[in-house]
Amino acid sequence: MKNSEEIFELLKKEFGEMILGLDKDTPVDPIISIDPMQVHKIGAFLRDNEDLKFDSLMVLSGVDDANGTKTKDEDGTDVISGGTLSVYYHLHSTIQKHKITIKVSTSRENPEVESVYNVWRTSDWHEREAFDMFGIIFKNHPDLRRILMPYDWEAGFPLRKDYKNPEFYQGMKVPY
Amino acid sequence: MALKTETMVLNMGPQHPSTHGVLRLELEIEGELIISVKPHIGYLHRCFEKHAEAMSYPQVVPYTDRLDYLASMGNNFGYVVAAEKLMGIQVSERVEYIRVIMAELQRIASHLVAIATNGADIGALTPFLYLFRDREYILSLFEMTCGGRMLYNYMWIGGLSHDIHPDFVRKTKEFIKHFRPTVVELNNLLTFNKIFIERTANIGVLPLDTAINFGASGPVLRGSGLAFDVRKEDPYSIYNRLDFEIPTGKGLVGTVGDCWDRYYVRVLEMEQSLRIIEQLIDNIPEGDVQSAIPKRIKPPKGTVYSRVENPRGELGYFIISDGNLNPFRVKVRAPSFVNLELMGELSKGHLVADVIAILGSLDIVLGEIDR
Repeated sequence: MKNSEEIFELLKKEFGEMILGLDKDTPVDPIISIDPMQVHKIGAFLRDNEDLKFDSLMVLSGVDDANGTKTKDEDGTDVISGGTLSVYYHLHSTIQKHKITIKVSTSRENPEVESVYNVWRTSDWHEREAFDMFGIIFKNHPDLRRILMPYDWEAGFPLRKDYKNPEFYQGMKVPY
Repeated sequence: MALKTETMVLNMGPQHPSTHGVLRLELEIEGELIISVKPHIGYLHRCFEKHAEAMSYPQVVPYTDRLDYLASMGNNFGYVVAAEKLMGIQVSERVEYIRVIMAELQRIASHLVAIATNGADIGALTPFLYLFRDREYILSLFEMTCGGRMLYNYMWIGGLSHDIHPDFVRKTKEFIKHFRPTVVELNNLLTFNKIFIERTANIGVLPLDTAINFGASGPVLRGSGLAFDVRKEDPYSIYNRLDFEIPTGKGLVGTVGDCWDRYYVRVLEMEQSLRIIEQLIDNIPEGDVQSAIPKRIKPPKGTVYSRVENPRGELGYFIISDGNLNPFRVKVRAPSFVNLELMGELSKGHLVADVIAILGSLDIVLGEIDR
C-alpha cells in the first residue's frame, strides 16, 4: 500500500518529463497530472508494476474546466475560447488496496487524449461518454461514437459549459 | 453444392419485457447461435449531470432518487456521503444507524426484484408474486418513514428529512421474523429448482480476471469468486463496526461465475442484510436527526470521489466544487452502466434464449445507465 506521494515519486523516476505535477491542495484526494499523449503507457505501467497493481479503473470522467476567455454571443449565452478540457482517472488496486487520481488536460480547440482501452476495458463506454458529452477524442479507441445522445445529434457536446440547445432536432422543436 | 449462409441481425428491444427498461440489444445470430451482442443505450437519457450543475447541492438529492429507481435510498446515501466528505461534516450516531438500516432494507427490496424478474424472464412466474409481496412490506416501512414508496429524498446532507416513525422498530422486527422463512421457501421454489438450474448453470460464465478488467462490481464481481465489497474494502458510515460476511460464487451447481452463481450471491446477501439490521435495530441512539444540517451548504474548492455499495455494485459520485453553491461537475459511476458492458463478452456462443438469462443475472436498471 502506497500513498499518492510515493506513487508520484515512483512515476517521476520511471517517466520523468511526462509526469507534470502533484496537486496536494485539495481537501480530499491529491491529483497527479500527466501528459495526455502518454496516458496509455503510464497506465500500463500502473497496472503491471508489482508494487502498484492498479488493476481496476473505478471511473473515468470528462470535465470542462471552463478556464478560457468568456464572451457573450447575441442571445447572452457564454462562449468560451481557449483553455482546457480534462479527463480524470480514478484507479484502485484490488491487490494492493490503494487508490490514486490521475488527471490529463488537453486543449479545448483540439481535445485529444490517448485511449486506455487496451489497459482497462472499463474505459470503453466511459470514453465514449466523455466523447459524447465533451467532444474529447480518444485516439486509438476502436469504436468511438456517441453513447447517450442520439447518434445523429449535431448540436455539439451537451456538458460543455458553453453548450447551447439547438432549436430543432430532426425537424422537431426542441425547447418546449 | 454447399449452401450459402450468412448471419442475421436481430433487434431485441427497445420495447421488450425482458430488457428491464428501454434497452436495445443488437444481436448478430447464426441460426440460434449468438455471434455478437451490441447494446444500444441512451433511450432514458435525461441529463442528470447537466441538471446537477444548475442546482444547489441539496437540490440534487431528489434527482439521485431517479437514477437507480429500485434502490433510491442507496443513491441518496452515496451522494450525501460524497458531499459530507467534501465539506467535512460529521453526522450524529442516530443518523448513521438509521441510514444503514434503510440502505440494508433497500438492498433486500432491490434484490427481491432482481431475483423475481430473473426468474420471471426465464419462465418461473410464481416466485415473482411471492417476492413482490415481501417487497411490499419494505416499501410500507419506507412509506411510514418518509411518505415515499419508490422515490424518497430521505437522506439529506448532514441528516435526514424525517425521524423514524414510533412504530418503525417494531414493524421492522416483525418483517425480519416474517422474511426469514420466505427465503427458505424461495430456495425450495426457485433456487434449487431443476429447470431453473438447467437454464442458468454454466451459462454466461464470467472469469474473474475479465470481471476485474471490465470493472464489474457488486454481485456480478462476487459471483465470479472475489470477496470484494465496498462496505468492507473502503468502509463508509458505520460499516466498519458491523459484523457481516461477503458471500461469493462457489460454482455450487456449475462453473464459478455463471448466471446461477450471480443469482445465488443475491439470495445470500439478503440474509447478511438481515443480520446487519438486527445488530442495529435495538440500539438506535437518541438524538436529533437534523442537528448537523448546515445552514448554508457551500463546500470548499476541491474534488472528491466517494463510493458506496449499492445493491447493483459500486456506486460512485465524483464531485468537483469550485466554491459556489452549485456543484461544478457531478459524475455518477453507475454500477449497471459498467456491468452492462459485459453483455457482449458473456453472450458469445450461447443461444438467443440464454441472452435473457444472462441479462437477468446482470440485473441492470436503465435509469442509472442512461442517467
